[in-house]
Amino acid sequence: MKKIINLFLILSATVFINSCTDDYVDVASRDVNSEDFFNTSEDYQSALIGAYDLLQSTYMNVMLGEIASNNTVAGGESATDVIGIQQIDDMMHTPVNDQLKDIWGWMYAGINRANYIMEFQDKIEFPEKQQVLAQARFLRAYYYFELVKFFGDVPLVVDKRILFGDQFEIDRTPKADVYTQIELDLIFAANNLDYTTIETGRVTKGAAQALLGKVYLYQNKFDDAANVLDELILMGPYDLVDDYETIFENDNENNIESVFEVQYTDVEGAGFGCLQCSEGNVAVGFNGIRNYTGPVFDSGFSFNLPTQDVYDEFEPNDLRLPVAILDIDDWATSNGATFNTGFEHTGYYNRKYIARKGDLNTGDQNLTNPNNYRAIRFADVYLMAAEAYNRGNLGDDIARDYLNEVRMRAMMPLVTATGAALTDAIYHERRVELVGEGHHFFDLVRTGRAATEINGFVTGKHEVFPIPVDEIILSGNRWEQNPNY
Amino acid sequence: MNKYFFFLLITTFSLIGFAQQTTFTGTVIDGSNQEPLLGASVIVKGTNVGITTDLDGKFSVVALSSDVLVISYLGYTTKEIPVSANLIVTLEEDVASLDQIIVVGYGTQAKREVTGAVTVVNAETIESLKPTRIEQALQGQVAGVNVTSTSGSPGAASNIRIRGVSTNGDNRPLILVDGNVVEDLSVINPGDIESYTVLKDATAGIYGVRAANGVILITTKGGRKNQKLQYEYDAFVGFQQTTRKLPTLNSKQYALLVNEAFANNGETPPFSTVVGLNDTDWQAEVFSNAPIFNNNIGLRGGTEKAAYAFGAALLTQDGIVGAGKSNFTRSTLRFNFDYDLLHNLKVKTGLFYTGTSRSTISETGLGSVLFNAVNNAPTFSVRDANGDFTLAEGLGNEVINPVHQLENTFNSNKVDKISGNFGLNYKFWDDFTVETRIQFNYAEAYGDNFAPEANYGSGKVFNLTRNVYGEYSNYFRDYTYDSFINYKHTFAQAHNLNATVGMSAFRTTGKFNGLTGFDIPDNSFSNANRQNASDIVDNFQNGGDEYDARLLSHFARLQYDYDGKYLFSGVIRRDGSTKFGPENKFGIFPSASAGWVMSKENFLRDSKSVNFLKLRGSYGIIGNDRIPDYRFISLLNGEGAYVIGDSLIFGTAIGAISNPEIKWEEQYTADIGLEAEFLDYKMNVTIDYYTRRTEDLLLVPVVSGTLGVTAPGSSAPVINGGDIENRGLEFSISYKDRINDNLSFTASYNFATLKNEVLKVNNSVGFLEGGSFGVGQPAPSRMEVGKPIGYFYGYRTDGIFQNANEVASHPSQQVLGANAQPGDLRYVDINEDGVINLEDRTDLGNPIPDVTMGLNLSFNYKKWDVQTYLYASIGNDVVRNYERNQNLTNLTTNYLDRWTGSGTSNSTPRVSTGATSNQVFSDFYVEDGSFLRAQNMQVGYTISDAKLDSLKIKDMRFYVSVNNLFTLTKYRGFDPSASDGSPIGGGIDYGFYPVPRTFLAGVNVKF
Repeated sequence: MKKIINLFLILSATVFINSCTDDYVDVASRDVNSEDFFNTSEDYQSALIGAYDLLQSTYMNVMLGEIASNNTVAGGESATDVIGIQQIDDMMHTPVNDQLKDIWGWMYAGINRANYIMEFQDKIEFPEKQQVLAQARFLRAYYYFELVKFFGDVPLVVDKRILFGDQFEIDRTPKADVYTQIELDLIFAANNLDYTTIETGRVTKGAAQALLGKVYLYQNKFDDAANVLDELILMGPYDLVDDYETIFENDNENNIESVFEVQYTDVEGAGFGCLQCSEGNVAVGFNGIRNYTGPVFDSGFSFNLPTQDVYDEFEPNDLRLPVAILDIDDWATSNGATFNTGFEHTGYYNRKYIARKGDLNTGDQNLTNPNNYRAIRFADVYLMAAEAYNRGNLGDDIARDYLNEVRMRAMMPLVTATGAALTDAIYHERRVELVGEGHHFFDLVRTGRAATEINGFVTGKHEVFPIPVDEIILSGNRWEQNPNY
Repeated sequence: MNKYFFFLLITTFSLIGFAQQTTFTGTVIDGSNQEPLLGASVIVKGTNVGITTDLDGKFSVVALSSDVLVISYLGYTTKEIPVSANLIVTLEEDVASLDQIIVVGYGTQAKREVTGAVTVVNAETIESLKPTRIEQALQGQVAGVNVTSTSGSPGAASNIRIRGVSTNGDNRPLILVDGNVVEDLSVINPGDIESYTVLKDATAGIYGVRAANGVILITTKGGRKNQKLQYEYDAFVGFQQTTRKLPTLNSKQYALLVNEAFANNGETPPFSTVVGLNDTDWQAEVFSNAPIFNNNIGLRGGTEKAAYAFGAALLTQDGIVGAGKSNFTRSTLRFNFDYDLLHNLKVKTGLFYTGTSRSTISETGLGSVLFNAVNNAPTFSVRDANGDFTLAEGLGNEVINPVHQLENTFNSNKVDKISGNFGLNYKFWDDFTVETRIQFNYAEAYGDNFAPEANYGSGKVFNLTRNVYGEYSNYFRDYTYDSFINYKHTFAQAHNLNATVGMSAFRTTGKFNGLTGFDIPDNSFSNANRQNASDIVDNFQNGGDEYDARLLSHFARLQYDYDGKYLFSGVIRRDGSTKFGPENKFGIFPSASAGWVMSKENFLRDSKSVNFLKLRGSYGIIGNDRIPDYRFISLLNGEGAYVIGDSLIFGTAIGAISNPEIKWEEQYTADIGLEAEFLDYKMNVTIDYYTRRTEDLLLVPVVSGTLGVTAPGSSAPVINGGDIENRGLEFSISYKDRINDNLSFTASYNFATLKNEVLKVNNSVGFLEGGSFGVGQPAPSRMEVGKPIGYFYGYRTDGIFQNANEVASHPSQQVLGANAQPGDLRYVDINEDGVINLEDRTDLGNPIPDVTMGLNLSFNYKKWDVQTYLYASIGNDVVRNYERNQNLTNLTTNYLDRWTGSGTSNSTPRVSTGATSNQVFSDFYVEDGSFLRAQNMQVGYTISDAKLDSLKIKDMRFYVSVNNLFTLTKYRGFDPSASDGSPIGGGIDYGFYPVPRTFLAGVNVKF
């Protein structure tokens, strides 16, 4: 009897020991596997929001578009405050630069999210699918265009995610080929979207056409640019806002002049560890007035300070000047405000994009400002069209008309010039109309004026930024660095 | 029945054979409590005549009057006593003896026969150190175990590192309390602990997964069979204070220095007078003496078949910074019960409850309370004439009034935890034992916090225009199920075989809930709750709020020894983890160890001086899986949110980049050790040398941004991408002696060397970065081949530029931020390319100590006892990162020796409000953090006389004790033991919350 009990115990112990089979450690995740998604139209819409998200990280592109140019200096707290920005300001940047690395990574993050949708574009059919794909392709084009502007030739991957391991296989694609893809995406977007959308913030036909026009202009394809911009001007629902001063205020977001606007909010923030995670416009806090107390504005980190040079670019009585550039000493005196001076204090602030009072600034006072970035304004469209007509020898009359639309709104005398003088007038207008909006450095580069305008700019080198050295190494050390870096 | 028969037989046999023999009777009692000991073995020396004592500890044995009796009992010192009538033999507990039975994983073993590097620390040491957390009792006690505090705040965690940092991830050892996995040691009452055992080498591999960083086995105080109920009460009360305040400038020194800085930049000095200024000592405003109380009651006892123990304790402790805002309360209840259902079937159970409650202040980082206290200007008062808090204007965006900050600090954090264990042990066929047991933990952690609307000054990053309320409730559950069979047999009286096979399953699940809301009415904490908040956001809307991780292991161990002389042990274990993909889920990890007890050999057997000598060695592979869950597949738990139609819409996005190839990290550990006892067991020496190489290190590398790795909610993949080696020598010696009846003493000393070297970082760039320094500066810490993990990477200085010629003849430093001027730090052009830039950064030291040591002394003289525990750490560097370096922030008196003109200083640069490169991370900010600390010093007096008997009190000990009495160090910050414990980024001091000095007075009563 006892033996039987013992035998039973041994057996049951053996069973105990083997009671768990190997599938005990085979547990499905509670979060959805990315391979099993896209089963409903909602899934597509939801992934599309994810692709939009990275638009918010383009705040750094916008800041550097100014700081690299002769419009603004780096500023900040001290000479060592965000050294990457300081070096770009001084044209002393090297392949070791955290901010350039951020831009590279954030744009590819956006591309991967758009490509994730495209990878599964054929999985199911649903009525609004073409519009979803059109938005995804616009976003992909937007991110690639940023990359091309900053770095020239970049790896081009379409319609699939870049998976871990793939980075060792992909090469830099010639800029022209990347542009071709950008054009295809934007044409698709323009053909599949309407000018108006029920929900503000979404990509529209107008946005696709305007960006396409810009992309053509960057390649000096003046005919194509003029065509698409003409169509946009004629057919689109856009107009200039009468009062320039109201364009950049938070109560006038997504106004009639906004062809494309990057949306921000003050309801959810993030920390310095993940600036790209903020739902607010990080640049606004960075640009803000150092230790400011007073009416209208909120404090910030005093980066991106306008120079005397850009201040002097304005013609007398240009009503855009006080809207674009805040003379902080004047302001402080007349409003009883106080502030501190940071590094490279110029006395000026980028008034379009500095923090305003009355925002929730949830999460972080400086990193969660709600100011939308007016990425493509109708004024920009007019000026691009003017430039296409003028530089493409397609008709200075039309060019002048477009230019003067912008000047009339600013109450500036009309331009009568033609030819090269008209070109200069258009360049001047672009600079003053769009100052602080992140375009100037790239305008100078694409029109060949950077070397004469920017101190330290070396022709044949600074037209593009260096590929971040880590990116070269981490992709298998196969890529050539951009020339002279 | 057998026993009596045998006894009868022996007795009868003896009576017949040797008429001159007589019967002697006696009693064996336990020296610690004067209770009779049942089951003690009484043997007539040189014969196999023996008997065990009965319920009353009595024995009667037939022997010659010239015979000697050998009386032994497990865990007690064996005594040899000549026979006499009515013997009363007192056996003393022998905790440190070689016969001590220690837990070695799914079994026990006599210390004498252990072949691994194992150290045991007993209750006495824990009791005398008076720790509030168990980690504090590890520091300095075990060679090779390094404990650093993350903070001196009450309830703050410590980091335990056994034999160095072996991975860039999680370096925590596996901690088992009565077999139960415990991750958070704050829930353990040190008073409940009987002993802890530290397994340092590959023999820890029997515990398999997660044993790679070493194993600490904690045994709680259980009862003992046949023991009368004993009570013990221990209470102490005391106060804590800071060990140090930084020598910041007073308002006059400050104003002079600020004026000089402005003048150096051609600006108008802000202070027109430097006398009669307000002078606030901000540190005095935030530091205070803080009380600590502890009550601990325990009872234990046993019957013939049962043993039980019960304990209850309450600890309350306030913080030395921010009185009333920082505190910790812990209440614990414990019940252990063991019962013999049958003579061969035993049940072992335990049940624990812990409740903790903790409030914290902002620590460790830019803008933490102590950081602000050090940097705020002394010329500001705490409050202005209206009674409002002063705003720290002009001090940068992060420095705020620390008293104001404390006033606005509201949080409460509670944990309720129930743990239990239940085990059955069944013996059969003499040699077999089967044991099955289950251990579980269930914990709820919940709390809330409130940040009121506040204005700390212009542009302060902590200003809130909208108050914020947060709450969370998290649930954690886990169980460990073990089942194993053991076979133990001795062949031919000398071949001892012990074989074990078994399995272990571990599952942990949890759920996180948290929400954030805004606009609490009246800006008041008393209104702060979910109902009153608006715009409530779920903190886990992107998922990641639940987990389920499991481990499955099978193991087999074979132990063999020949006559206790030649020892061998081999373990093989197969571990499976949910952390890895289908192909790599399982790993097989073998280890082996051997020992040679040389003192049993003829050439030493009769040695008078060498009582015991054992040489042992071990080698093995242990797997490690401590990475986040599901990194082998790509999940949709990233963050994708955008504003559409003017409201924030949450979409779907991919989380961390996946790597389907990840597999077990493997650790190869070799250890060779020597254990010896000399001089009649008075002196004990242990020496170990080890190398521990981690291969296929699971790390999160820097990867190409092209992968989209910097998307919100994403992160780099985990890869098997590096090798690290730790090497070290450990030595410990102790000597104890009883000089006479009145005086006895114990002295023990240990040291451990540690050399850490990264052998491989397989991520193309060859290094990983971590930590942060200053504002907007590159990461200061690195993991790189050929260097210790987490070494500091920055510029090397070569004194101060004394004049313009020196500046002109040196490579340009402009890339660092500004052209140098006389009085600025001169950086070394490491790569000699004629320019100082990022490429000139180099190794500036590391936070890993080269040598750590502990010295423990204890004396007993009559009723007095005195104890001292010293600990030293040598060769660890600390980064001074508590200086904000703004135009108007305060500085320490170190800057009184600054450069003010040629020849005035070659170490501290000039002050200037202008642009300089002096604030970039360089060796100017790296200091030697070596220190010697008096961890504990105490004096006790024990009363145990007849007067107490009427009160049923056995003895009563009164003591006064000081923890952390002094620290000798050159480090100029608050505390040289500062570290957040990060493998890459540790040792950076933001104004570390110092570990307090604690004065205690207490009483310990035994009934």
